Amino acid sequence: MSINQSGWRPEMTAGDSRAPAPGFTGNKALMLEEPLIFEIGDGETTGVDLPAVARTGASRFGGLARTAPIGLAGLSEPETVRHYTRLSRQNYAIDLGLFPLGSCTMKHNPRLNEKMARLPGFADVHPLQPVDTVQGALGVINELAFWLIELTGMHGVAMSPKAGAHGELCGILCIKAALEKRGEGHRKVILVPESAHGTNPATAAFAGFTVEDIPATPDGRVDLAALEARLGPDIAAVMITNPNTCGLFERDLKAISDAVHAAGGYVYCDGANFNAIVGRVRPGDLGVDAMHINLHKTFSTPHGGGGPGSGPVVLSEALSPFAPLPYTARTRDGHVHLIEEERAEEFSAEHFDGRLDSFGRMTAFHGQMGMFTRALTYILSHGADGLRQVAEDAVLNANYVLRSLEDVLDAPFAGAGPCMHEALFSDANLAQGFSTLDIAKGLIDEGFHPMTVYFPLVVHGAMLVEPTETESKAALDQFIGALRSVAERAKAGDAALKSAPHFAPRARLDETLAARKPVLVWKDPAPQREAAE
Amino acid sequence: MRYLPLTSADRSEMLSVIGASSIDDLFADVPEAARLSGPVSGLPSHASELAVERHMTALARQNVVAGEVPFFLGCGAYRHHVPASVDHLIQRGEFLTAYTPYQPEIAQGTLQMLFEFQTQVARLLGTDVANASMYDGSTACWEAIGMARRITKRGKAILSSGLHPHYVSVARTMAKYTGDALETALPDLSAETDLDRLIAAIDDDTSCVVVQYPDILGRTADLTPLAEAAQAKKALLIAVVTEPVALGAIRSPGEMGADIVVGEGQSIGVGLQFGGPYVGLMGCKEKYIRQMPGRFCGETVDANGKRGFVLTLSTREQHIRREKATSNICTNSGLCALAFSIHMTLLGEKGLRGLAGINHAAAVAAADRLAAVPGVRLINESFFNEFTLDLGQEARPIVRALADRGILAGVSLGRLYPGADALANGLVVAVTETATEEDVERLASALEEILA
Repeated sequence: MSINQSGWRPEMTAGDSRAPAPGFTGNKALMLEEPLIFEIGDGETTGVDLPAVARTGASRFGGLARTAPIGLAGLSEPETVRHYTRLSRQNYAIDLGLFPLGSCTMKHNPRLNEKMARLPGFADVHPLQPVDTVQGALGVINELAFWLIELTGMHGVAMSPKAGAHGELCGILCIKAALEKRGEGHRKVILVPESAHGTNPATAAFAGFTVEDIPATPDGRVDLAALEARLGPDIAAVMITNPNTCGLFERDLKAISDAVHAAGGYVYCDGANFNAIVGRVRPGDLGVDAMHINLHKTFSTPHGGGGPGSGPVVLSEALSPFAPLPYTARTRDGHVHLIEEERAEEFSAEHFDGRLDSFGRMTAFHGQMGMFTRALTYILSHGADGLRQVAEDAVLNANYVLRSLEDVLDAPFAGAGPCMHEALFSDANLAQGFSTLDIAKGLIDEGFHPMTVYFPLVVHGAMLVEPTETESKAALDQFIGALRSVAERAKAGDAALKSAPHFAPRARLDETLAARKPVLVWKDPAPQREAAE
Repeated sequence: MRYLPLTSADRSEMLSVIGASSIDDLFADVPEAARLSGPVSGLPSHASELAVERHMTALARQNVVAGEVPFFLGCGAYRHHVPASVDHLIQRGEFLTAYTPYQPEIAQGTLQMLFEFQTQVARLLGTDVANASMYDGSTACWEAIGMARRITKRGKAILSSGLHPHYVSVARTMAKYTGDALETALPDLSAETDLDRLIAAIDDDTSCVVVQYPDILGRTADLTPLAEAAQAKKALLIAVVTEPVALGAIRSPGEMGADIVVGEGQSIGVGLQFGGPYVGLMGCKEKYIRQMPGRFCGETVDANGKRGFVLTLSTREQHIRREKATSNICTNSGLCALAFSIHMTLLGEKGLRGLAGINHAAAVAAADRLAAVPGVRLINESFFNEFTLDLGQEARPIVRALADRGILAGVSLGRLYPGADALANGLVVAVTETATEEDVERLASALEEILA
């Protein structure tokens, strides 16, 4: 006899495989639909209480008061918190699981970094405060700069670039400034391998250079002989990614650098993949003249759904004098100096024998300070020994994925030896009509973010897997099992894969429609439509 | 090492699956001469959370915190109160630790937020459309100049003397390499902006006129005649807004006819952070969208007909177009855009207008109090929350003297325009809702003492 007078008793109903009819809300338990703020908010609602201020006198807008409605929608604080919390749950994230986007280095973001960046001494400081009031902030920039120089074996570093591509531009502008200083502004060609990130040729073209391809060898690396044959008095630089986007170390980089230098050019290295070699190889030892470092990749500042990034550029002795303003430097008295336009000449004379010849300013202030504090926190946590372990575990994890899947997926360069931090597969051997995209979407249903797809361009239907060092073996084994299963379905021609994902907040989206008839802002529904309904 | 989950047993087992005898085998492609045999020498080893926190906190303590002193700095970065829920929400791991939304089925949170952000920005700036953010205001400004070059196929940009000098420097750096000719001038310490000079300078080679609103000295001017004059010569008007809260009170540049409007979004939701990361705003007329740099989020439907969002018009971008792209930009400022958007949602139209109103009221009161200090003259007839004082003597040493008394008084024009003697006496003072009447009084009385 039950002691619960309501009649409730623990009970498991037998499983029912029939799908229920669509409900009232369109929600599915924890999967919650959320309208746009413009559909649920209005111009009268606000989620803030403003401080009372005694109004004094008439406004002084010069007759420019904004009288027409702006069209902003407001929500109360509880509604705001719910709106964004619901939206957040429609995102995949590293915090949820392995995020194997090749070339993107999606590693764990330690929360200590977040805490440190929010210390009021860093977060609540204005970039134009008198320098005596910001010695600690300048100290962070300088300490991080010191680590970046030591880890790369380079001579100097430009800290202000806002992201990787901005850093590339910084490096290329240093090269251009150096060439012009030498009176060799006629060098107009930059050589870029086909496997490079799209930002490389875009950057070179922006700076006024002509871009030419460098051929690759069958084992996925720059063809040294072909490169040497192309070198000459019109070559300004080569841009090389190392490790490259096929996940391979450019064995001949030192020889390439020597050849390029002998021909009067400079070597730009895309440092997007520095995570693979940090603490084990210093690009400076390979003859690199400039390399950007994505702090949001190797040094774990969060990607935040597409930024902010941060792209300091380490520079060789030849290029350091051309670094952009402002920069910071510590002098022998221990004081950290902020060098802006007005002090550059004086500082150069005092401390650099007058050799500084900055190409100018790239951004309004000092760079991504909030990312500097996070990156420095990360670096200090790891130390020189931990960073070396980072590279080793990143490479170990990638090779483990490569060797665990090469029997089921085509791995074009696997025969040539180990990979670095990422494993590259192709779409060869899939059933007729099945593609890399189907594998990616199938992985979504398995609860994983897909790998990078269709990049690099040199491999057909490329799938680039970068697990990073912050994944456990158990997580890797689960991912390997999932990718194996999806690959086997694609090889067997499982039709259900063609319409994957089935369990995500949305099915495949119509990107053609989005591009053909761009709807980029929300528009209030036309009133006549309401009348018609 | 607390961030590395592999155990030694895992590592051995994995090496045997790979068929390697040691980790060094995996680095076999690295030439012998370039291999480091151990950790980079001369650098410290790993440290505990406690030790790192101690070190960073010691550095943080060496800075004067804006919120702990009377504080009046602006000039491109503004201190506003940010509601607590903003920082809480942007730290949701699903936002913080997501990547660019390349797989839209599992990134609708970021994508919908970007669509909402684009709508908020377009409405605030008064433009038809806006993109999903740029690095910051200064880089958005030179991207706009490049965009005007592509649209007009002309290479001369006329920059207002009221444009932030660091924005001018960035544009000048880039123009060296793109070949654009820039016409620039230094501002005058007067109530008048240089609209007449700009109108007179527009000719058939002009790609664009770039004007800041409110300008570097805090002045506001009606941009309508400038827009008409530019468009009559088939040139574009680019307006730059470094304090977007102002647009809760004064007419938007889009309403006055600007073709492209860029801005620094920092003052809504982001915080000072010693200059970055910030968030660049960029909007334009619909007819120019295919020349816009950066990412767009667009509305579409999924295979079941449900509304959804995707990144779109990417054929402008570097990962598709490579050397023919509209810009080399890849990363945007997504998390700062989220902070901006959440803060804007909390404010709503009513809150933004209210916030703008109290900023202006506080600035008007402060301007009158400071102008009453003997020897001080208020330059501006019009302003929003920032104005310029002529101190009658060089402002830089006075700013330092005030800092010694624990007051961060503003930005001296000598810092922004080194070598420009005519501007050396200028002090730009920003007064937001965070400055109390007592703060203003402390600044005024300290100035009275120093100038006496």
